[in-house]
Amino acid sequence: MIPGLGALTQDTLWCFSQLKGTVEIGATEADIISTVEFNHTGELLATGDKGGRVVIFQREQESKNQVHRRGEYNVYSTFQSHEPEFDYLKSLEIEEKINKIRWLPQQNAAYFLLSTNDKTVKLWKVSERDKRPEGYNLKDEEGRLRDPATITTLRVPVLRPMDLMVEATPRRVFANAHTYHINSISVNSDYETYMSADDLRINLWNFEITNQSFNIVDIKPANMEELTEVITAAEFHPHHCNTFVYSSSKGTIRLCDMRASALCDRHTKFFEEPEDPSNRSFFSEIISSISDVKFSHSGRCIMTRDYLTVKVWDLNMENRPVETYQVHDYLRSKLCSLYENDCIFDKFECVWNGSDSVIMTGSYNNFFRMFDRNTKRDVTLEASRENSKPRAILKPRKVCVGGKRRKDEISVDSLDFSKKILHTAWHPSENIIAVAATNNLYIFQDKVN
Amino acid sequence: MSQKQEEENPTEETGEEKQDTQEKEGVLPEKAEEAKLKAKYPSLGQKPGGSDFLMKRLQKGQKYFDSGDYNMAKAKMKNKQLPSAGPDKNLVTGDHIPTPQDLPQRKSSLVTSKLAGPSFRLDRKKLVRKEGESRMP
Repeated sequence: MIPGLGALTQDTLWCFSQLKGTVEIGATEADIISTVEFNHTGELLATGDKGGRVVIFQREQESKNQVHRRGEYNVYSTFQSHEPEFDYLKSLEIEEKINKIRWLPQQNAAYFLLSTNDKTVKLWKVSERDKRPEGYNLKDEEGRLRDPATITTLRVPVLRPMDLMVEATPRRVFANAHTYHINSISVNSDYETYMSADDLRINLWNFEITNQSFNIVDIKPANMEELTEVITAAEFHPHHCNTFVYSSSKGTIRLCDMRASALCDRHTKFFEEPEDPSNRSFFSEIISSISDVKFSHSGRCIMTRDYLTVKVWDLNMENRPVETYQVHDYLRSKLCSLYENDCIFDKFECVWNGSDSVIMTGSYNNFFRMFDRNTKRDVTLEASRENSKPRAILKPRKVCVGGKRRKDEISVDSLDFSKKILHTAWHPSENIIAVAATNNLYIFQDKVN
Repeated sequence: MSQKQEEENPTEETGEEKQDTQEKEGVLPEKAEEAKLKAKYPSLGQKPGGSDFLMKRLQKGQKYFDSGDYNMAKAKMKNKQLPSAGPDKNLVTGDHIPTPQDLPQRKSSLVTSKLAGPSFRLDRKKLVRKEGESRMP
């Protein structure tokens, strides 16, 4: 390999780096990871789980002694973000599961992130404390109040070093703004506002104001019998603070401009791929439902994930995607059983790499797929404990559709549909990926020569 | 003229036929799956992606418990076993009486996440310290 040339000339080799979490025995449902997100520098990696907990990993600085090992991620902080609730008025159980985590860009020494469950968004501040004041006059060292009558001299408290402590505190709680279940949150590029989207509505918040939000999209019909589609995901444009997109269960994406009107019910752009009516089946609408939408880092494209494909759309072309990638088309002949076991409703996410040249999404059997948009090559990799030796290179996997099965291939019928990779994340600038496999978090890196 | 047409038509037809077969083959797995599903569940609605799905999705998390119903049922059925809530307990209220035992325990996870390791303690050496930055209070 000629040094200096990038992944275009040679396929990237991915290696195992780290595995977080325990073996299946002892894992509870609360341990299932429900969201993974790098922060804007890639220094921090946050995960949220079904039990409402957030765990943040921090990348260690690369030491000169260990050139072959790039910085590993170690636990930095963990806290209980959301608790289970019961809305007695509506007889509604509110899960504590963290649906999404989104980082704010760093503006001072502390880190800020938004985490949300079905109903409530919270802003968390994660900060370090390595000094504490000592020498109070009115309190003793244990914090007990001193009798003022016993104080004869005054002293000035001083800050003394202490063992490093990382504290997470909830700074804002944005509650009671969503009748339906929140599926997305997105921080605006103005860093002053963010949006939260549920099945039928999207609200715009200011970070400083928790008791009010603006409703910017409302697709609830006057008569619920006429309901035909719901909002499945939403995201702000990475640079234009007036622009956002939202996807629907019917496979369409709407781009809205907040300058046009206060209520963005009328879209500025409408992205839909025409469907051949003769291809329509019972499953068509279900598998066309978009489970995730992501702007490219450049802001020129959006990527959508539906049940069987990932599509890249150019913002300037509404009538069809510019690229379509098959994730696991072999499942088309399994739709009946996937409908019966509810897997057809699984919501897979998709991510861009830092340069928007490669896209990644998950599949079943702990497989995940990467598509290189330039070379048009794709690869299937597996997150498995067997391939968990340090720096072990991941071998590409292949699913055999029919006929002769080669030695290393796996047949469609042998796929484990309970092992689904719904959540993945890609470091903003390096080839480091985090893959959530049920209750385990895998971190892979490209091969360091 | 008519001869030409006759000559042209067969090729057109084969062309169309080919296209048809190709399309059918491409769609075949999906339509075959649909047929399978309809065979298993003949009562499946006409409008597949329509209101029923979406309403079910919007109602996720609804659990009905009426203490009045519960106490009345308890009083009526002192000698019999209380009916236990079936698998569809989310859907209909009044047809069955969920009991407090049926509503799952809503306990928060007081246990630290296993991702954080068995005994999570900050390793001071491994933590990245930002030199020279003032700490916010």
